[in-house]
Amino acid sequence: MSASGGRFARFPYHIVLFLAPATIIYTVFMIYPLLDSIRLSLYTTDESGALFFTGWANYVALITDPAWSSAFWNALLNNFKFFCVHMLVQNPIGIMLAALLSLPKLTGRTTYRTLIFIPTMLSVVIIGFIWQLILSPLWGVSETLLSLIGLTDWFQPWLGQEGTALVTLSLISVWQFVGIPMMLIYAAMLNIPHDLVEGAIIDGANHWEIFWHIKLPLIMPTIAMVSILTFVANFNAFDLIYAVKGALAGPNFSTDIMGTLFYRTFFGFQLQLGNPTMGATVATMMFMVILIGVLLYIFILQRKLRRYAL
Amino acid sequence: MQSPKKAVSTFGIHLVLLTYTLIALWPIFLTIINSFKSRKAIFRSPMSLPGVETFSLKGFIKVLVRSDFEIYFMNSIIVTVATLVLVLLLGAMAAWALSEYEFKGNKWLGLYLAIGIMIPIRLGSVSLLQLIVDMHLANTLTALVLVYIAQSIPLAIFILSEFMQQIPKDLKEAARCDGVSECTIFFKVILPLTRPAIATVGVFTLVPVWNDLWFPLILAPSEKTQTITLGVQQFIGQYVTDWNAVLASLTLAIVPILIIYIVLSRHLIRGITAGAVK
Repeated sequence: MSASGGRFARFPYHIVLFLAPATIIYTVFMIYPLLDSIRLSLYTTDESGALFFTGWANYVALITDPAWSSAFWNALLNNFKFFCVHMLVQNPIGIMLAALLSLPKLTGRTTYRTLIFIPTMLSVVIIGFIWQLILSPLWGVSETLLSLIGLTDWFQPWLGQEGTALVTLSLISVWQFVGIPMMLIYAAMLNIPHDLVEGAIIDGANHWEIFWHIKLPLIMPTIAMVSILTFVANFNAFDLIYAVKGALAGPNFSTDIMGTLFYRTFFGFQLQLGNPTMGATVATMMFMVILIGVLLYIFILQRKLRRYAL
Repeated sequence: MQSPKKAVSTFGIHLVLLTYTLIALWPIFLTIINSFKSRKAIFRSPMSLPGVETFSLKGFIKVLVRSDFEIYFMNSIIVTVATLVLVLLLGAMAAWALSEYEFKGNKWLGLYLAIGIMIPIRLGSVSLLQLIVDMHLANTLTALVLVYIAQSIPLAIFILSEFMQQIPKDLKEAARCDGVSECTIFFKVILPLTRPAIATVGVFTLVPVWNDLWFPLILAPSEKTQTITLGVQQFIGQYVTDWNAVLASLTLAIVPILIIYIVLSRHLIRGITAGAVK
């Protein structure tokens, strides 16, 4: 009796006490819904709401059935375009700003840094509306600005045209979030050992050469990390398109991405009833895309870059 | 020879940074100044500051009278503060246990809790909504708080345990020799020492929660439980053509987060530049 009591007393209650609340809430409201959504994607419902197991049928429908597949491939392709614009515009601007901010003896760097980061802090919903107003032909602010630099003829209702709406929304998102790559790359540049840069200066290198041959290679791991963070955020995006274009992601679904497709499939819209199990299927496809990106980053990019950086 | 060239390049650097700062701030500035103008002035001279003749608070009055903005504000504050307090407390407790005690499965539990840093909780929404309905929590702020805790806790634990590993061993050992209980050590010794990291985690938690649209939209869309982000989104949908009201509601939504940012920006930037998000 006493032996077992002794063993009982030694049980580390405090560890359980410290870990339990966080682990339980996280498991119930994060891990369980994720796994259960994957399970639900293998079912279908009838009118009464009863569940029937259908195996891969939802996935086959999503990828091949014309009623679903055109919307799915359109959203996936648009999502890649959305991501490409971020990679091509956000990263170079972020690197440029970080490189300038990290130059030695720059006065006012804290102020620049703080101010440029402001848009990142605001809700995507608010940013979306502000740009919608600015780009609106009704208000004419963009038209006036373009006319100031003699480009009046260039003005178009960019958000309203099928050909330009998605790129315009991507650029709005880039404008908002460029602060994140800027900060992370800036931090990486500050961590570059002074000796390396000073040695290069003594050897007669200028700032430009130092940037290309020393700093850029050394911040490659950070650029890879910024890219994967952007990838996850982009393939999970929803708010901006929904705030500016609504659930139908117009004009004619030209701005539809996985997030808006997921919302429409799950809750339905004017032309279609909501379908939870099909919604779960779309969410699981999003999960897979994000997972593939994260795994590629962890197993290939990160290892390669570590070796490169050393 | 060198110094004029250097002056030009310094000037060039400031020119680029200044231009970009203007690009970053101009849209926000434009929104705020126009929200204080009369309707005519918004359209006739959108880019000028409000003057004696053009100054008008019509938009703000309409927003405050016609909608429940004060309720939305309160809801956002309640949800954000409750999430913040609980994430910091529960996150610190878990981080302490993971970084201090060696027990079976320590590494695996740490890895399990880290999954949520990269995988967005939104992807589980179908089941999450079902779960919240089954628990009779639909259209309650409690539902939002629980989901936001689950969403924020992985990063909080990650940052806090990195920080706690750096706390000197002597402090804890001295307390243990005096026979102080583990709980007291945590609350009286460790938690106060964690303050700098807590501020960083606080900002990382606060911003996405305050700005979120998705979960208020699907879990708590009722008039009584709308948060400010959802409230603004729906208000603007109704008043699309009333530019005074739209601009005023945008300004009302921008200002609080701007104030919070200016107060906390030091911690946020220190957190990022210290490599908190590695």
